[in-house]
Amino acid sequence: MAYIIRRIILFVVTMVLVSLITFSVFQVMPGDPIRIMLGTEADETQVETLKKQLGLDQPLYVQYIDWVKGLVTGDLGESIRFSRPVTELLADRLPVTISLALITLLIVVIVAIPLGIFVAKRQNKLSDVVLSSATQLGMAIPSFWLGMLLILYLGMNFSFFTISGYVPWTQSVAGALGAILLPALTIAIPQIAVKFRYVRNAILEQLRLDYVRTIRSKGITEKFVMYKHVLRNSMIPILTIFGLITAEVVAGTIIVEQVFSLPGIGQLLITSISYRDFPLVQGIVMYITFIVVLINFLVDILYSVLDPRIRLN
Amino acid sequence: MKTLMSHAKNINLVLGLLILLSFLVLMILSFFYTPYDINVMNVANKLKGPSSEHWFGTDEFGRDIFSRIMKGTQTAFFVGTLTVTIGVIFGTLIGGMAGYIGGWVDEVFMRIMDALMAFPGIILALMLVAVFGPGIVNTSIALGIIAIPSIARIARSGFIQHKEFEYVLSAKLIGVKPFKIMFRHILPNVSSPLIVAASVSFGVAMLAEAALSYLGLGVQPPNPSWGRMLKDSQAYLTSSPWYTYAPGISITFMVLGFYMLSNAIRDIMDPRSN
Repeated sequence: MAYIIRRIILFVVTMVLVSLITFSVFQVMPGDPIRIMLGTEADETQVETLKKQLGLDQPLYVQYIDWVKGLVTGDLGESIRFSRPVTELLADRLPVTISLALITLLIVVIVAIPLGIFVAKRQNKLSDVVLSSATQLGMAIPSFWLGMLLILYLGMNFSFFTISGYVPWTQSVAGALGAILLPALTIAIPQIAVKFRYVRNAILEQLRLDYVRTIRSKGITEKFVMYKHVLRNSMIPILTIFGLITAEVVAGTIIVEQVFSLPGIGQLLITSISYRDFPLVQGIVMYITFIVVLINFLVDILYSVLDPRIRLN
Repeated sequence: MKTLMSHAKNINLVLGLLILLSFLVLMILSFFYTPYDINVMNVANKLKGPSSEHWFGTDEFGRDIFSRIMKGTQTAFFVGTLTVTIGVIFGTLIGGMAGYIGGWVDEVFMRIMDALMAFPGIILALMLVAVFGPGIVNTSIALGIIAIPSIARIARSGFIQHKEFEYVLSAKLIGVKPFKIMFRHILPNVSSPLIVAASVSFGVAMLAEAALSYLGLGVQPPNPSWGRMLKDSQAYLTSSPWYTYAPGISITFMVLGFYMLSNAIRDIMDPRSN
């Protein structure tokens, strides 16, 4: 319990600091943000109105508290560019990004775990070299270029794939899959290339332990050893890795949405930056970071529930 | 050189150095010579495939892609170097002080570093670029800030470990100033993991610069950037698919070179890790 309380405190402290950083970064901005937003032709009254509207005539700490209140209650004010509430804009885009992230995660889990088990069983010099090259290549290739290559080799050859734009699930499931699958693969492939090694290492570490030798010497089949004992015990470190993957997948959607013109949160963020729509930028940054921090927090908690040794440290 | 030779069997070291030296040579050469002027447009000659005159073809304005790739090495190395310099200087300073002084300094510095690390890297980069504005220097500063926390963490653990060692205690005893102890005595002893981290950061910075430039928020024209070239090539993916390969492969190889080098340095400095 003490461990969980400590993690909760750390979570809150992290989020407060994250919000302080996000808030203050926009304070040190060179130039007057209002002027930047309105452009050079704006007159004094327009500037004053917008200032009032955004609460910029208040002292800083009041502005910060108001902003945090808005974050918590989901009222982030209006987007300057779209003249609509920020939260409404986010809600519009959320299904796209969530579908993309979930399908990516599904692909990563379905491929990386069996692949990790497969290579853990076959250890030799050659496969080690091939695998570490795959990992390094997976880390080095820019995701957006990989996306373009997938468009080139898959998207243009198979009419199943939509290479640009989004189809809602309610309209057509096949259409939605066709639009989401290539971007999902774009994020998933490097993740698989890098992360299956963690699965492999976690399994190899278990295989070295005494209990494996004991059950093997009892004559239990190798399959049973792997799936009943080793895999179960390896799940704990593997779980932490998937916490990490989730965070990276969420971040990965930002760029990849742009490659495939998917109208998700990432595209909204890029648009809001180019239009200098700062309330919208701040809101998106906070919510995405919150989701990532929350996932890591939940994984930590789950980890300690599954492995009581963690709590004692 | 002798020690270098003894590591010649290290594939990562050999390939990594080979890749990076090739790009370095291209970069130095590009200051004096490129096959064509990188900004001269020749619309009659646009989107021509690879040929003996234009090795990597020409872009949508008829500019020679190979020359632009060459010039692009300058951008890549500039952003990488500035980013890593910022990251290493501030990261070492912050991590070193946190580790050496400890107490509340450690607590405050490291909580801020944790908070910076809580942001997904690309989100923090985009936010900083939104504030500072795009451009080659602003991009480097933004990426440098992102590189600080991980380097600070590594520096901190080294300083914590070393501040209890006898050479540090002796130096303290004879009245050496804390600043000198930290940077003249401890730093050289904890530098190897920092060098590995710097090499990784180089690769990460180049990938991030390419991503920002691809989004149109990084390096701005007329400065040639590989990421930007990729963005431009996307419009011609169907009609001129070869356009995308030169910038894509350049980024991948450059980043790969730095990752291989950092793996090699780690293996050489700490043989136990393998």
